[in-house]
Amino acid sequence: MGDYKKPLPRIDEESRGYWEALVRHELYFQRCHDCDTNRFPPRAVCPACLSSATDWVRASGRGTVYSFTVTHQNQAPGFRETLPYVLAVVELAEGPRMMTNVVGCAPDDVRIGMAVEVEFADVTSEITLATFRPVR
Amino acid sequence: MSVWGKVAVAGVFEHPTRWAPDKTAYQIHAESARGALADAGLTIADVDGFFTSGVGPIGIMSLAQHLNLRPCHLDSQDIGGSSFVSHCLHAAAAIDAGLCSVALVTYGSTAASERFAIGTGGGFMMSPADNFEAPYGPTIVGSYALVAQRHMHQYGTTSAQLAEIAVTTRRHASLNPAAKYREPITVEDVLASRVISSPLHLLDCCIISDGGGALVLTSAARARDLAKRPALILGAGEAVRHHGIGDRDLLDVAAFQSGPLALARAGVKHADVDLCMVYDSYTITVLATLEGLGFCKPGEGGAFCANGRLAFDGALPTNTDGGGLSSNHPGMRGIFLVIEAVRQLRGERGPVQVADCEVALVHGTGGMLGQRHSGVTMVLGKA
Repeated sequence: MGDYKKPLPRIDEESRGYWEALVRHELYFQRCHDCDTNRFPPRAVCPACLSSATDWVRASGRGTVYSFTVTHQNQAPGFRETLPYVLAVVELAEGPRMMTNVVGCAPDDVRIGMAVEVEFADVTSEITLATFRPVR
Repeated sequence: MSVWGKVAVAGVFEHPTRWAPDKTAYQIHAESARGALADAGLTIADVDGFFTSGVGPIGIMSLAQHLNLRPCHLDSQDIGGSSFVSHCLHAAAAIDAGLCSVALVTYGSTAASERFAIGTGGGFMMSPADNFEAPYGPTIVGSYALVAQRHMHQYGTTSAQLAEIAVTTRRHASLNPAAKYREPITVEDVLASRVISSPLHLLDCCIISDGGGALVLTSAARARDLAKRPALILGAGEAVRHHGIGDRDLLDVAAFQSGPLALARAGVKHADVDLCMVYDSYTITVLATLEGLGFCKPGEGGAFCANGRLAFDGALPTNTDGGGLSSNHPGMRGIFLVIEAVRQLRGERGPVQVADCEVALVHGTGGMLGQRHSGVTMVLGKA
């Protein structure tokens, strides 16, 4: 894992459940137990009603591309070696939108509205990222 | 009793440098403070309110030491490049409330000579939200590009329409001897420049320069007796946009909230605005901001910005100094928006002077448009 140069997320007490699920290749978001409001990224207190009662909901892993950009320039280590890459916002079938990478196709083939599904990327022994690929 | 119209920008100074390997950022702050105080006809001993940004956590104290200021009111608002517009709003409230009487706002940066890759550096890990974004490589350009791509998808906006903004801004820069890039460009030049982060080309992006500036604010009553014709703060408002609970509409920029607030507070209508100074980190920033401010309907920005409408002699003169796209962008451009607006209201702009300029609207955008960003709108009027 020593050669992974991109930034790694720092797991904290509000996000631990999300990251631990990804290691199991499961994608979760949160829903307020009291007011049923979905939320992403994870946090301990529901911003809609300030309840601490939280349910974790497993996402289907299906979604659509809400927006994207083909990145041709990024000097940061880890990224400069993998240009061009697709930075995207994907809207999960369940509603929440998340930043991600679209992989598994030529960058220029990505379109807004394209159907995608989660592809788990085990980048270190502790960290798995949710990326997305076109639904075949 | 409101604050609006009771506080003025009495002195402004734009540091002429664009490349300063021989200077430090603090030195540019100090030289700019000297320029703005001289412009106002005040001395550093008159300053009792101090505002700055971009100096790091608790850096305002270090800079206060550098300038040997002992202010009774400090504000190091840090919401990105719009911070200096926000300083004006906060200083107006502070001056009107009697918390200070002469506010000094300073900015200085040597981003270019330090070779700081502002827009394409990537890898920021500063807040909990970054844990869910930075691993995927959002550069600053990329964050704005997400908005541009969505705008094109939703409304059919084209790269050529965005390019028109860069072309008009370069025309203004060609008339500004201090601007960093002055050679006129065409829409074709913009489209032929390399793609940095699709759909944004190199010439859709602001430049990187060194530079700085300063403002002096005081009560309208006191400003009347000072050296230059004051610009009155008629109204202002600020806002923030973020991913929320994962429900962000990327086209819902902060200007939709701060713009109507500032115009209503000023009692000014769109038709009254003679000049717009809007943060042009990227061409899309201008387009999205003008829609947010209400100068055109959402989705109409592409056609609205075309055909020279934004030229100094067009229907809505915008960024007449050459903007961040061509004149200067040391990392945080908000202060230059205010400086140019004040100079236009005074009628000091020579070849790019907007005829009969009585009301100027300033809008700063800070942060990353497609992630978390601030918007601060201020309406200035001729005293």
